[in-house]
Amino acid sequence: MDAILFYILAFLAVAGGLLMVSLKNPLSGAFSLILSLCSLAGLFAMLHAEFVFILQILVYAGAIMVLVIFTIMLLNLKTEELQEAPVGWMRAILTAVLCAAAAFGAIQIFGHVQPQAIQVAPDFGSMETVGRSMLSDFVYPFEVISLILLVAIVGVVLLAKKVI
Amino acid sequence: MGTIGIHHYLYLSAILFFIGAFGVLFRRNLLVILMSIELMLNAVNLSFIAFARHNGTTDGHVAAFFVMALAAAEAGIGLAILVMVFRNRTSVQADDLTLMRD
Repeated sequence: MDAILFYILAFLAVAGGLLMVSLKNPLSGAFSLILSLCSLAGLFAMLHAEFVFILQILVYAGAIMVLVIFTIMLLNLKTEELQEAPVGWMRAILTAVLCAAAAFGAIQIFGHVQPQAIQVAPDFGSMETVGRSMLSDFVYPFEVISLILLVAIVGVVLLAKKVI
Repeated sequence: MGTIGIHHYLYLSAILFFIGAFGVLFRRNLLVILMSIELMLNAVNLSFIAFARHNGTTDGHVAAFFVMALAAAEAGIGLAILVMVFRNRTSVQADDLTLMRD
């Protein structure tokens, strides 16, 4: 059962990613990316990461992708503006071969991880355990992240303003 | 089929990461490049979560949370820069941004 679910979700995630990089229209690409992100959320749930699962749906498939789609619709690109300069076949093949080789190498390295069956507590990955860890062991990075988000908000306002 | 171990998740993460890398290297549309970066960050998140399950600790979940917060900041700033580029150049193609080269 787990295996079937994993393969379905993995197939959807890879298919969404492939569609995203291959579709000409960025709006269709954004929707395929949402498919990919939602299947990844399902995989997080299979790994007992319920907090990250909720965040993935809310923050990624929700907030970030809404921002992306909003920008795509705001720009309202015409078909001729979406025409990309043709990429030479040599470069396309070279990129694909390099990426495939790097993926193969990564898979080889990951093959050395020794699988171990650890039984996790029933509250593993719940909001409470992750929150406790975040506000005790990782409280300093947590504060730094809030600072980064503040800087990003100010930066976005400055960048998007027409006249400062 | 068999049982699903950590390897399957790591392999999937590697494949997704390099699909994203291919998108960044191959596509010239800035919107698609930004979305490919999102896919790469998500692939990294998947391996964080897989290793957290593998080791039985929730540290990886916290790391994934931080990656998500950074991705949100990156998406916001990236899209703001893109809107500014479009306003000045009426184009979202990376090939048209040659101000520093000419």
